Amino acid sequence: MKTSKEKYLIYILLGLWALIVLFPFYWMLLTSVKSYSSYNSEYVPVFFTLKPTLENYATAFTAVPLARYFLNTLVFTLATTAIMMVVVVLSAFAFARLEFRGKNLVFALFLSLMMIPGELVIITNYVTITNLNLRNTFTGLILPSVTSVFYIYLLKENFEQIPDNLYKAAKVDGTGDLRYLRKVMLPIARPTLVTITILKVIECWNAYVWPRLITDDQNYFLVSGGIQEIRENGFGRENVPAMMAAVVVISVPLVVLFLLFRHKIMEGVARGGTKG
Amino acid sequence: MKKDLTAWLCLLPAILFLGIFMIYPLVDVLVYSFEEGYNFASRSFWGTGLYNYAYVLHDPFFIQALKNTFIIVIITVPLSTGIALLISLGLSSVKALRDFFQTVFFLPYVTNTLAVGLVFMILFKKTAYSDGLISLLLQIFGGPSVDFIDGPYWAKMFAMCVYTIWIVMPFKILILTSALAGVNPMYYKAAQVDATPKWRIFYKITLPMISPMIFYLVITGFIGAFKAYSDEVALFGTDLNAAGMNTIVGYVYDMLYGNSGGYPSYASAAALILFAIVFTITVINLMVSRKTVFYQ
Amino acid sequence: MKIVLQHLTKRFPNRNKKIKEDVIAVNDFDLEIPDGKLIGLLGPSGCGKSTVLNLICGLEKPTEGRIFFGETEVTDLPPEKRGVGLVFQNYALYPHLSVYDNIKFPLENLRGSEKLTKEEMDARIREVVSLVQIDGLLERKPNELSGGQQQRVAIARALVKMPQVLLLDEPLSNLDARLRIQTREELKRIQVETGITTIFVTHDQEEAMSISDTIVVMKDGVLQQQGEPQEIYDEPVNLFVASFLGTPKINVFTGEIKNGQVCIDHMPVLEANGQADREVLVAVRPEGFVLDENGPLSCGFVSREVMGRDTSIVATHGDFQGERIRAIIPSEQEVSPENGMVRFSLKPHKVRIFDAKTQTRIKL
Repeated sequence: MKTSKEKYLIYILLGLWALIVLFPFYWMLLTSVKSYSSYNSEYVPVFFTLKPTLENYATAFTAVPLARYFLNTLVFTLATTAIMMVVVVLSAFAFARLEFRGKNLVFALFLSLMMIPGELVIITNYVTITNLNLRNTFTGLILPSVTSVFYIYLLKENFEQIPDNLYKAAKVDGTGDLRYLRKVMLPIARPTLVTITILKVIECWNAYVWPRLITDDQNYFLVSGGIQEIRENGFGRENVPAMMAAVVVISVPLVVLFLLFRHKIMEGVARGGTKG
Repeated sequence: MKKDLTAWLCLLPAILFLGIFMIYPLVDVLVYSFEEGYNFASRSFWGTGLYNYAYVLHDPFFIQALKNTFIIVIITVPLSTGIALLISLGLSSVKALRDFFQTVFFLPYVTNTLAVGLVFMILFKKTAYSDGLISLLLQIFGGPSVDFIDGPYWAKMFAMCVYTIWIVMPFKILILTSALAGVNPMYYKAAQVDATPKWRIFYKITLPMISPMIFYLVITGFIGAFKAYSDEVALFGTDLNAAGMNTIVGYVYDMLYGNSGGYPSYASAAALILFAIVFTITVINLMVSRKTVFYQ
Repeated sequence: MKIVLQHLTKRFPNRNKKIKEDVIAVNDFDLEIPDGKLIGLLGPSGCGKSTVLNLICGLEKPTEGRIFFGETEVTDLPPEKRGVGLVFQNYALYPHLSVYDNIKFPLENLRGSEKLTKEEMDARIREVVSLVQIDGLLERKPNELSGGQQQRVAIARALVKMPQVLLLDEPLSNLDARLRIQTREELKRIQVETGITTIFVTHDQEEAMSISDTIVVMKDGVLQQQGEPQEIYDEPVNLFVASFLGTPKINVFTGEIKNGQVCIDHMPVLEANGQADREVLVAVRPEGFVLDENGPLSCGFVSREVMGRDTSIVATHGDFQGERIRAIIPSEQEVSPENGMVRFSLKPHKVRIFDAKTQTRIKL
């Protein structure tokens, strides 16, 4: 049994880390509602503000095309996730449910691709997309990231847990393979599908490297690239409150998504996410 | 056969995309790395050989990037794993507020690295108006006034490591907490009945039981830290060479694109060197684990 | 619908790839199932009975042989063209669909001239639902039902397409003992009401005996015997059938026929007029033993188990094949072993004689 002294120590430790995690979030919220002049007049930053203002948010949306970045990211995220789901579901279905010659070989090949780091293939992809004249297009942004061997693997494993007898029962009733996929497998595998979707959305929302390589036209910047642009050329380097307002706007969607689905997300990440 | 056709049709999109964006590039990057003097505009080269590798290995920017990457790896991987273990142990021994803490601790995972990096930059940066919050805090304890963003190398590295650890912690805490939850309580009860001291329970039961997961975290931690890049950009901006804070991956991208870009051959050579390093480290890790990790 | 199986054989490639020889699951199987009957396909696990079921419904294609439904050959028809209903051991209900939607599922697959309107579907569903008596459960999900209720839903789903043949794969083995008895009576009622030719697979001889019109006994992919339950119990064609049916199991002794008498341990136990001398196996039903101070069969007494209605005596004998003899006697009879021995005589109509080598029946 724990002594109460130990308990206090543990709570102090946990509280301390919670503080370290939350402080940057607090700081960005706080700074984003301080006025430009009051922020710059504080040599020692003040930990609260008595005169919160929303003018920084107005600046963030007017001085830089923040709404544009936002919209781009939304389009990119939705399109990439949607296309990827189709690709992943079809492949997982083929591996889990259909019998065909060469299945094991192809699956082994797929698995071995999981070991290939993205850094290695991004160079050629950059050249490919450039040569296809797809720089600064959504097609160029989206195409290289619509397949994930890992998610195919995850979903295939899930599909295989569906009892064989359901398939046999459906077959005796004259259900075609694709109808079986739609009416039985997808509904049963829904939790996994949701997990994959959420993980992919997080990944897309934070995508930085590929979009940065493939876009130099501000009209196609995603939020990550946009933030970098803001930092380097945005409101004038010193308008930190406006910067923080932009950071808040960019962070909010994912934080809300997380708070809504936190158990699902944490479970999904524990099952197979890595930071990336 | 009709069945075969359906299956291949289902696989077609995946095979197509993987072929174009994974398998072909894999071959291509090897080819690039041996093509000497490749010209991006005319797509011509004047020879094949190891020149690209030699160039990269003699490039002071690459040496700097290599050094930075290794320092980040060596500092952040053990430190973050250790702290995560401590926090997870604390987390699994309390009941009240546990869900709250778990949620809070996971928050950094779902944030945009570049966006939050900006906040860290503000906290660390010394400007004309303020020394920055962290620096001011240190001064309370008698420290000097330091600019962690544009100041001395060790200060920048300190800021870098702090941010890296902050970013990688959620994943590690999550994995370790679920690993700890997975240890069958009957072992603890059995140990308690035998009047085993707490530290002994930890070393002899808890640690061996979760060692596969710790090992998994160390491996993925190494791989992830070796590929560090966007966290650096978040703190120091896109021109990492100028800041002296470039990493290997950053070097690869700089060679490919941007002001110093246009050299896919150098980029390929650097990427393959990175791959070789990561591969070697992973193999070493696997060999070490075979002796130390307990598998059920 | 009459079902005819002609020389049905099914071979599978061996799972252990090093062994080239195929596994023969069903071997030259000939069977004729009359219209509108309830057939129990009985055998130990791994005897190929489920394969026979899969062949009939079309989930497997036979290696050799032909299958007829009525006068039509269905050997090469896919399952959905055969008009069969199939109920699985674990019911195979779709977990994400309500009971109503589960039953509706097969109807939604009907195409062309068979296509049903919503109202027709609903009418059909109501009909089977009242047949299997699950009226109140239509909105529930399968995991909110008890095993017996799931079983009924599975049967309703199989019946809703109005199949010509209903196939049940171990339909009762996932239920607890009391529910099993109740459900098997239920099965019988539904079968009688619909008049659908029904085949059910089971390894439980009691289950097969209790509701089948006809039992088919299988072993190692080969048909052993087909007949009415009592007939199979009373007149088994070989030792396997004799020992597979009946609990407690039939008691088998090694013995011989000598001078027109069946002997165990040189003691004559039965007349065998006109039979040539040879080695035999003497199989005695538990109820075939009679306590008799002067009886020819002297056995070591082990224990006496009171079961209420009757008493069972556990005993040993040197020529007994197996561990312990189990004899059942009326409970009012006293057991008084002398020097640890009890003596029995045998009821002739409860004793069956089998050839020691071929294990086939020798009719006396």
